[in-house]
Amino acid sequence: MKLHVKTTINGEEFEFLCEPRESLLEVLRDRLGLTGSKEGCNNGNCGACNVILDGRLVNSCLVFAAEAAGRAITTIEGIQGPEGLHPLQEKFLEHAALQCGICTPGFIVAAKALLDRNPDPSEAEVRLWLAGNLCRCTGYDKIVRAVLEAAKSTAVVMEK
Amino acid sequence: MATVKTKKTTKSKKASQIPVRYRVIGTRPIRHDGVDKVTGRAQYGADVQLAGLLHGGILRSPHAHARIRSIDTGKAAALPGVKAVITSADIGPVTDRVVDLGEGATRLQHLRDNILASGKALYQGHAVAAVAATSPHIAQEALRLIEVDYEVLPPVLDLREAMEAGAPLLHEDLHTDDLGTKSMQPSNIAKHLRFEKGDLEKGFKKADQIFEREFLTSMVHQGYIEPHNATAFWNADGRLAIWCSTQGGFTVRQQAAAILDLPVSSIKVIPMEIGGGFGGKIHVYLEPVAALLSKKSGKPVKLVMDRAEVFEATGPTSGSHIQVKIGARKDGRIVAAQAQLAYEAGAFPGSLVVCGMMCIFAPYDLEHQRIDGYDVLVTKPKTAPYRAPGATNAAFASETVLDEIAEWAGIDPLEIRRLNGAKEGTRRADGLVYPRIGFLETLGAARKHPHASAPLEGPNRGRGVASGFWFNVGLKSSVTAAVNSDGTVSLTEGTPDIGGTRTSVAMQLAEVLGLAAADVKPQVVDTDSVGYNDVTGGSRVTFATGLAAIEAARDIERQMAERAARLWGVPASKVKAAGGVYRHATDSKKKITFKELAARLDETGGPVVGKASLDTSASAGGGFGTHIVDVEVDPETGKVQILRYTAVQDVGKAIHPSYVEGQLQGGVAQGAGWALNEEYFYDDQGRLANASFLDYRMPTALDLPMIDTVLVEVPNPGHPFGVRGVGEVPIVPPPAALANAIYRAAGVRLRQLPMNPGRVLEAILTRDGKPPSKA
Amino acid sequence: MKAVMYACPQSLDEAVGLFAQRGPRARPFAGGTDLIVQIREGKKEPDLVVDLKRIPELNELSFQPQRGLVIGAAVPCSQIYEHGKIAGLYPGLIDAVSLIGGIQIQNRATLGGNLCNASPAADGVPPLIVHRAACRIRGPRGERTLPVEKVCAGPGQTALEDDEILVSFHLPAPPERSGARYLRFIPRNEMDIAVAGAASYLELEKDRQTIRGARIALAAVAPTPLLVEEAGGCLAGERAGEELFARAAAICREAARPISDMRGAAWQRRHLVEVLVKRTLQGALQRARGGGASPQGRPGGVNDGPQGRPGGVKEQDS
Repeated sequence: MKLHVKTTINGEEFEFLCEPRESLLEVLRDRLGLTGSKEGCNNGNCGACNVILDGRLVNSCLVFAAEAAGRAITTIEGIQGPEGLHPLQEKFLEHAALQCGICTPGFIVAAKALLDRNPDPSEAEVRLWLAGNLCRCTGYDKIVRAVLEAAKSTAVVMEK
Repeated sequence: MATVKTKKTTKSKKASQIPVRYRVIGTRPIRHDGVDKVTGRAQYGADVQLAGLLHGGILRSPHAHARIRSIDTGKAAALPGVKAVITSADIGPVTDRVVDLGEGATRLQHLRDNILASGKALYQGHAVAAVAATSPHIAQEALRLIEVDYEVLPPVLDLREAMEAGAPLLHEDLHTDDLGTKSMQPSNIAKHLRFEKGDLEKGFKKADQIFEREFLTSMVHQGYIEPHNATAFWNADGRLAIWCSTQGGFTVRQQAAAILDLPVSSIKVIPMEIGGGFGGKIHVYLEPVAALLSKKSGKPVKLVMDRAEVFEATGPTSGSHIQVKIGARKDGRIVAAQAQLAYEAGAFPGSLVVCGMMCIFAPYDLEHQRIDGYDVLVTKPKTAPYRAPGATNAAFASETVLDEIAEWAGIDPLEIRRLNGAKEGTRRADGLVYPRIGFLETLGAARKHPHASAPLEGPNRGRGVASGFWFNVGLKSSVTAAVNSDGTVSLTEGTPDIGGTRTSVAMQLAEVLGLAAADVKPQVVDTDSVGYNDVTGGSRVTFATGLAAIEAARDIERQMAERAARLWGVPASKVKAAGGVYRHATDSKKKITFKELAARLDETGGPVVGKASLDTSASAGGGFGTHIVDVEVDPETGKVQILRYTAVQDVGKAIHPSYVEGQLQGGVAQGAGWALNEEYFYDDQGRLANASFLDYRMPTALDLPMIDTVLVEVPNPGHPFGVRGVGEVPIVPPPAALANAIYRAAGVRLRQLPMNPGRVLEAILTRDGKPPSKA
Repeated sequence: MKAVMYACPQSLDEAVGLFAQRGPRARPFAGGTDLIVQIREGKKEPDLVVDLKRIPELNELSFQPQRGLVIGAAVPCSQIYEHGKIAGLYPGLIDAVSLIGGIQIQNRATLGGNLCNASPAADGVPPLIVHRAACRIRGPRGERTLPVEKVCAGPGQTALEDDEILVSFHLPAPPERSGARYLRFIPRNEMDIAVAGAASYLELEKDRQTIRGARIALAAVAPTPLLVEEAGGCLAGERAGEELFARAAAICREAARPISDMRGAAWQRRHLVEVLVKRTLQGALQRARGGGASPQGRPGGVNDGPQGRPGGVKEQDS
């Protein structure tokens, strides 16, 4: 039995068919071609598949695709605006906050969800928020700095 | 992040041709593949999609050690949607021989048996059969329908027990290579090696005190976030294409060719973006299996491991048992050092115990040494390299004993290292004589760093220091570089980019040609499209592929000078190139920039392509690091919190300092995880109990502080810019530095990794005369 | 291939009907943080997954002084710690819901799932026990109420029938001069399963010294979360103090029946229980006196929820 699901992804309406047991991550990657969300563990321990579901950060490997019906999803592919890279993406590049890059989409989506709720986080708050995202290359130093710098730069934009 | 410049005492000949004030080297441009990686567009191995793609799965042994009596694949093959089922019988007849894979030789039988078990399953997770089906879910269901009849055999899980005569044997036909002599009886000890220097007994006689200590470390995993994957298509014309995430397309080609008995030229390996490797993505696991499934089904087949498979069935690095005996004089001078290292090979021979042997006393100038190493089989996955393989285990032992000696002699831990430190001309136990190295400089920079003298505030806190060494490798790299008419250069490489090496290599080419980093367009290509390259490993890419890029740039520069000469109607010898400008040697009016010249290639003879293909092995420069760490130990729970961390390292020359710092920080994080929590936890039946990120417990962002770095630059005389490999050294010191810090915080010396809360607590309770009752 | 069906009932009656029909072949589904993995790994093979997230009763989150606190079984952790009133009144509960998994898990995981998954290490359960939560359970034979400590029967086993649904938790309004604290021990600072956990609740007399009542519950040291009534009992009527707390902690240590596994050894768990009980009693005492550390909130906390963790990163686990 396949389910017919209508949902909104990165502001666009999508329809897809899926098995009830398929995760949102599987559908994003294998049915919709949105391979920016990565599978690192498939059980909610690494954050590489992070998406924002109705304003909440979730692991898309722990969401049934069927649950997406009538809801709004933001993936890494939707972080960049029409005017260019999101400040988080720019700061990740400037601060060399990625090495292999496999965890990067998950970190950027997670950090976006943080800044949406708390535009001026402390270092401790950034570290706590990102504790559900594993990175094995960077030791987190440059990632944390990039998020703090992105928060600063968006604050400047908002003041203007 | 400070940069300490040190005087160049050795000047290489080549270096004099390169401007000392660099325009590109040492700057921090945006990496070339950056935008793709922050927007989710970069294509990793698991992202490959092909028309008609089948999804595969692998059946794995639930037993650590078992004879496979029979495998019945009938029901699985009959399941609708299943297109192919294979076992080791499908690999074809085997003539065992020794195959050289660039990174050392191995028996073909072992290589094949690790891909799909024949005869015996030798670890829990050992691949036994594989299927390809129209969906991953059908493939998983088909695996459950395969019936395997096992005769369960006793597992061999403890390294020391495995070495005893009478231990259950993994390979009945394996005899110890004991210092070159083959043992009479079969054994789980594959090899015994020795390095010797001076006269050990004479050395120990000079000692005022002899320290003999014993250490244990557990098997640990590289822990890259991207699981292994491979997609293969065996075309009707006999050509095989493999898309995968690997540290080396060419090594995948070599291994697959050996296993499948094909000429290398009939295999094309397309290395996709790779989500971390750290040594663990050199061995093939899935590629030949996907190829066989494709051959049988006629369709492209994709295999992607889940996280449990990554832990259970890919190469972790060796657990070890190390005994160290060091003799010291009261003044802190070490007079003799002996070590015996036994490393787990896993199910097949080939641990990197030899690297541990090379590194254990490498930072020190010691007259009398003997180092023995044993490569030992146990019923656990075949081990693979992991960032400075073997060196971290070894340094944990030697650097904590050194800390004890410093305390006994009443000498500062940095000072005792300086007192005994190796320098240019020091000969290691394995025979190598150091060229210019920067170990003493790291000690000096560490001493000067504010961290070294900052007060430790509060109870239960302590500071630890440790050093570490990795030799770095050179090996072979090939590149081509084509000049574009818009004045840019397209650079073609064959060493997969795991941490920004497209950029660090491109920057070296740009420096020579007087271009901006952004004017070089680097790409990593498949094995049909570039000359041979060894793996991305041994901290070699920025060094060796960098050297190739420099050579290719010089090739371009020579050709461009000829073009300028043709434009001006003068002999090429009259044209001098510097910083991207080509000038007539005597006529100052005649000059042309690289960009201007690039636009005029058509009128001067057509395209210009530079190329280089090098074996750089002789000129790789070893690296040293010295780390300082502060911890707080909770005496009631044994939990260790890292408060502050500083990593000092001789990096030769930092091409892109941000990514060099990142290597140091990442190495520290992995070393800290290894030190405090990570381990392969087997039950007594040999089943891995913690095969998930949840229970394997790698550090999160909340477990680490900012990691300060100091880049000491003592140029490698073997590279025109002085580059040394930087990636591996920083994982070596952390376990020892943390052990030394824990001692100062809690008064207990830990000699077993990981130093998890249970072990620290047990040590504290035992110290207090209240050892825990484990009944 | 075995098919799984997915249903998303809009009312409690509709859901009850589905379970009545399917019995054990249907599985309730809320946060999905356990069930999706169990299905993927073949550990659970239901015919039908019943998504409970659109049923109003399971999404209630309200506090009234007379009625106390109602937490629908499908309310995710993050909604609980972001709720303005709960943090001040049920701090022990907030301690727990803000350390289950990471942010991503807290946005999905529910207390209902935490209880019904029946892991001995569930962080959410000991605080519910000490806060005297009652479970409202609904099935085809009607409704019943069970104290939370009676729900878990063993690892993965509950007192609920296959056709029953956990609807909500009901916690009485906390009396004056009461406070609670939950702490767990994990080797990392986040993203781990408790090696041991303890929740303590204290209610003081007007002198703010004498203990009127106390409850202590433990995690990860027995087949089920454990209410140690004897330990709470030994505190009642006594003056709060270190020695007294040590006595209660020793009782808890004796009551613990831990196993050794890859997360920790039995001796270590017994030792940790004693440490954690002492620390949580101190924390509960401070809170009952109206001072001390307020419960930990999350950095992205909105409304008037607490911001950041007090004392920085180090404070969050023992």
